[in-house]
Amino acid sequence: MTGAAGRLASARPASPRRKWTDSPHLWFWIFVGPFVAGLVVFVVIPIIWSVWLSFYDARNTVTPTHFVGFDNYTRMLGDSAFRSSLVTFVLFALFIVPTTFVLSLALAVLVSNTRAGKAFFRSVFFLPTACSYVVAAMIWRESLFGGTAAGLINTVLGWFGVAPIAWLSVVHPPWYWLVLVTVRLWLQLGFFMVLFLAALQRVPKQLYEAAALDGATGWKAFRYITFPQLRATSTAVLMLLLVNAFQAFDEFYNVLTTTAGYPPYARPPLVYLYNVALGNGQDFGDGSAGAIILTLIIAVFALLQGRLTGLGRREV
Amino acid sequence: MATRSIRYLVLGVAAMLFLVPFYLLLRGALSTQAQLVSIEQWTWFPSHPEWSNLKRIFTDSSVPLGRSLLNSAVIAVTQTVLVLIISGMAGYGLARSTVRYANAVFYLIVATLLIPAAVTFVPSFVMVSTLGWVSTLRGLIVPGLFQSLATFLFRQYFLGFPKELEEAARIDGAGPMRTFCSIVVPNSLGFAAAIGTITFIGSWNAFLWPLVIGQDQSAWTVQVSLSTYITAQSVDIPGMFAAAIVSMVPLLLMFLFLQRWIVAGVEQTGINE
Repeated sequence: MTGAAGRLASARPASPRRKWTDSPHLWFWIFVGPFVAGLVVFVVIPIIWSVWLSFYDARNTVTPTHFVGFDNYTRMLGDSAFRSSLVTFVLFALFIVPTTFVLSLALAVLVSNTRAGKAFFRSVFFLPTACSYVVAAMIWRESLFGGTAAGLINTVLGWFGVAPIAWLSVVHPPWYWLVLVTVRLWLQLGFFMVLFLAALQRVPKQLYEAAALDGATGWKAFRYITFPQLRATSTAVLMLLLVNAFQAFDEFYNVLTTTAGYPPYARPPLVYLYNVALGNGQDFGDGSAGAIILTLIIAVFALLQGRLTGLGRREV
Repeated sequence: MATRSIRYLVLGVAAMLFLVPFYLLLRGALSTQAQLVSIEQWTWFPSHPEWSNLKRIFTDSSVPLGRSLLNSAVIAVTQTVLVLIISGMAGYGLARSTVRYANAVFYLIVATLLIPAAVTFVPSFVMVSTLGWVSTLRGLIVPGLFQSLATFLFRQYFLGFPKELEEAARIDGAGPMRTFCSIVVPNSLGFAAAIGTITFIGSWNAFLWPLVIGQDQSAWTVQVSLSTYITAQSVDIPGMFAAAIVSMVPLLLMFLFLQRWIVAGVEQTGINE
């Protein structure tokens, strides 16, 4: 597509004289070169370097000489803390991806069908996008889910005679999941609602009129018209949600770290890698092996999700 | 009629729930320590707001709030401006170039788009520490300048940019650079504003990379400072909330004045076809 459009544009020469500045190669690299150079230095080379490091004993060094084969991989996979971080991530993703998807779509449908106050509701739901995970974690931890009777939710529960719950330090039941999941929902819902709102606006009105003639309104209209029309946006949203869940670090770190360090539970892969590769150990071999295992897992998830939602299929 | 009232009821309750955290932030920043930790009595809002909290946090020696705000501002502004220039030019080159390998370069960029940035933080740290950039502004800014998503979006945008305008300039003898600067850029400011606001928000709120790179206090960003308050279990809870409010001022101002562009930017990120 690009090529055809581009060739058409330059088919007419601008000037009869040929100068060295007329070279299309030169111009391509003047425009694209800075970006590609930066990408190579700060993304491509680090990834290749990391693959190389993952086969070496690289404690406290980034230029190791001792080749250890797959030892780093077997050590990482044999480490129960790393395995439990993978389980943590999978459970978290299985919950947060569909929940955010359904709730943000529901909000978008509610807001788009509203006449009075539409802009107000859209702004309110979107406002948390301005908030960082760090600030949100602070509010959740110190005020909303404060572990003593001084927290808002414990205060409200107290009105009904419920004793204060230590949300972050009780392991049975794991209340900390409620804290972690609600932070992310609050921060993400508005962003994805705006994506769905834009997509809803693009659904042709005639489709609903035709469906109404056939008696399809309300839920039926949503099921047979709205939802199929949103497929492109839905697959994009699912993909973004999955990548976001995989990158979870900020709220876990800030909600759960205490002066005693990070607790042994609810440790997502990035928190684990942060401790292994950049904590006291500075073990870049293990850290790199872990990063590569994670990359493979996310690739499998992305492929499965693509299959399930028909990302690979051609749009008609 | 009934469905409409139910809809407003649901929206109203949801809106209230969404606003509660902002209320708690404001309440926390203006209360006294005693009001916040009291287990006998929940104070809905302090009758005498403690404005002094907002002043005190700038003189706290354990967390360099002023310095980290300055760092964050320098990082976010520089990254936003440079990402717009670097990705804007790359997107234009990819959309318009006639060289045969343009598409191959484009697919390489799309491939890096699929790798979650967080996976590369270990390798990127290795690179930055080799360059000796740990705890420097360079180390915080430069690795974030090469955003495949921004380049991808600019390319898609320029594919739809009316070529007639550029043709006119070319007939007048303008080269690619002059056409880009005098015709394309002035007519693309809306799109650039959308990408720019999203970049600025992401940069200001970034946490993992600044935490990894900002090992000395002098290189802390505002998010790292706030995190230090939280994880060190600061005894000054009102000060912590006051610092959080101060950290949000730039973005809240942006939301007031630029909401149109922010929404436009979000919409762009979802269009992947």
